[in-house]
Amino acid sequence: MIRELEESIKELEERERDSRVFNIKRRRMMSRYGSRLSAYNRVQLARHEKRPKAMDFIENIIAEPMLFHGDRLFSDDRSIIGGIGYLEDIPITFIGTNKGKTLEENIEYNFGMPRPEGYRKALRLMKQAEKFNRPIITFIDTPGAYPGVDAEERGQGEAIARNILEMGKLEVPVVSVVTGEGGSGGALALSVANRIIMMENSIFSILSPEGFATILWKDGSRYKEATEVMKLTAKELCDYNIIDRVIEEDISFSIEGFQENFLRLKKVILEELDILMKKSPDELVSERQEKFRKDWGRVLIGHTNKENI
Amino acid sequence: MEQNIKSERSIISIIKKLRSLRKPSKRAVVPERLFRKCNGCGELISKGSMEEKLFTCPQCDYHFNIFARDRMDMLLDEYTVINGTARFIDPIDFPGYKAKYKENRKKSGLREGILTVAGHIEGIELVVVSLDNSFFMGSMGSYIGEEITRAFEYAGERNLPILIFSTSGGARMQEGIFSLMQMAKTSIAVDRYGQTKNLYISCMTHPTTGGVTASFASLGDIVLAEPGALIGFAGARVIKETIKGELPEGFQRAEFLRDKGFLDDIVHRGQMREYIYRLLKLHGYRSCRI
Repeated sequence: MIRELEESIKELEERERDSRVFNIKRRRMMSRYGSRLSAYNRVQLARHEKRPKAMDFIENIIAEPMLFHGDRLFSDDRSIIGGIGYLEDIPITFIGTNKGKTLEENIEYNFGMPRPEGYRKALRLMKQAEKFNRPIITFIDTPGAYPGVDAEERGQGEAIARNILEMGKLEVPVVSVVTGEGGSGGALALSVANRIIMMENSIFSILSPEGFATILWKDGSRYKEATEVMKLTAKELCDYNIIDRVIEEDISFSIEGFQENFLRLKKVILEELDILMKKSPDELVSERQEKFRKDWGRVLIGHTNKENI
Repeated sequence: MEQNIKSERSIISIIKKLRSLRKPSKRAVVPERLFRKCNGCGELISKGSMEEKLFTCPQCDYHFNIFARDRMDMLLDEYTVINGTARFIDPIDFPGYKAKYKENRKKSGLREGILTVAGHIEGIELVVVSLDNSFFMGSMGSYIGEEITRAFEYAGERNLPILIFSTSGGARMQEGIFSLMQMAKTSIAVDRYGQTKNLYISCMTHPTTGGVTASFASLGDIVLAEPGALIGFAGARVIKETIKGELPEGFQRAEFLRDKGFLDDIVHRGQMREYIYRLLKLHGYRSCRI
């Protein structure tokens, strides 16, 4: 169905040169598709190779971005991009997990799977943002932390844990945006934020559907089934109060087609920063920590099954 | 010297207590076997000698998995359980979770995979938490995350040191994203506790993986492990599939982690009590006995 969708959008793009007409027609087309998108279709969209990657989000939302490198300990992890720039006229620090669009790019960015040095680089940049009192925006699109021998040797678990703890106490506003795949601890390590925003067709989950099916059913091929029960879509997670906002998306497979989405996202980040930047450092820290302190057992009473066994 | 004698004597008394405390009726029914094959060296070990060695192999020091209860029994003078009554939480209405949960309760004789106690070592009060991998592989769901967090809060409010023994398959998949959120919750609890300037000792036991390694277990002021414990973030099978090659000898074992710089020390179960006692004493915690 996603291929069908991609083709009809492409066809429409070629037929309608006038962007306004195109937008109207696309919206009409989307309303036909929208309700039919299954959780698995959303996973396909979130992972689609032509979907804008973190670098595209940064380039289209942040003005004059400057990219910085290295964790000062071991090396520069290419799967994590970070630096400084402006959101409108606000100096900010941005961090993203970057995927590629081609095989070569993906090899360069390790398919968006960071190693410990990536998380430590992100932490270094976040600490610097705190020092200079800049809000932090993270863009998350990762299948998860890299499962490799070298990553384990350099303490993948420790790096993720440390990031979570340190992000929890940053004295500046932190806004996280899940742009594509938010996979596992590797995504959480960059999303301990005051506000978590998800694009409509992004996903956020405990593990990739493939890994999930392998662990639970010892059968990775049942990943489609897994997506339907994992509750990993933006809307579901917003209903659960795990995340704060969902950005409505015009489905598109090109940067140009994504412009409206970028604008919407930018507007929402600005709205949130406007609220957060008025808060004191203490408020920012305690609110963020409280956000993750929820006793879910109690919160969920009345939401799902209540009976005890 | 005097201390050694003392701790040896106390170990013997602990074992005696351990035996008297063992109530098979409350546990899963394990067939009475006089010998057990060691998973490490393959030798047959008599049950008696294994228990005397605190469930380690007298030949090769292999550390067997133990119940959280047994761990408390061998470590503490006396203790009271402080964790709340375990509740079944099924946040994402996961098909089959409830049945599996019931089955785990029946199989393990436990209500959940965590035990929190307040107790004493040589009169020094502390909070001890132990995960128990006989229940759902000690995986961390909403209940365990909450209990870990409460243990930190309890210890912080009372200015007590805290010791956590982890053994876990990672996050509890059946609770989906809610399990992931426990990583954030428990890590932040470590930070908040840290602000009270009290001591958090983390001891990773076999196996500690996934979301537990990537949260509170790696964040101790002092991070210890039992010999040979498997500790890692990603599972060995996943890594093998990713790199399409063999894993190095001793990969993700406690000794490997210590050599790579991620553990302060490896402590044999037989020395654990004395080791913890020394840490507590040096950090200024005093016996409340007069």
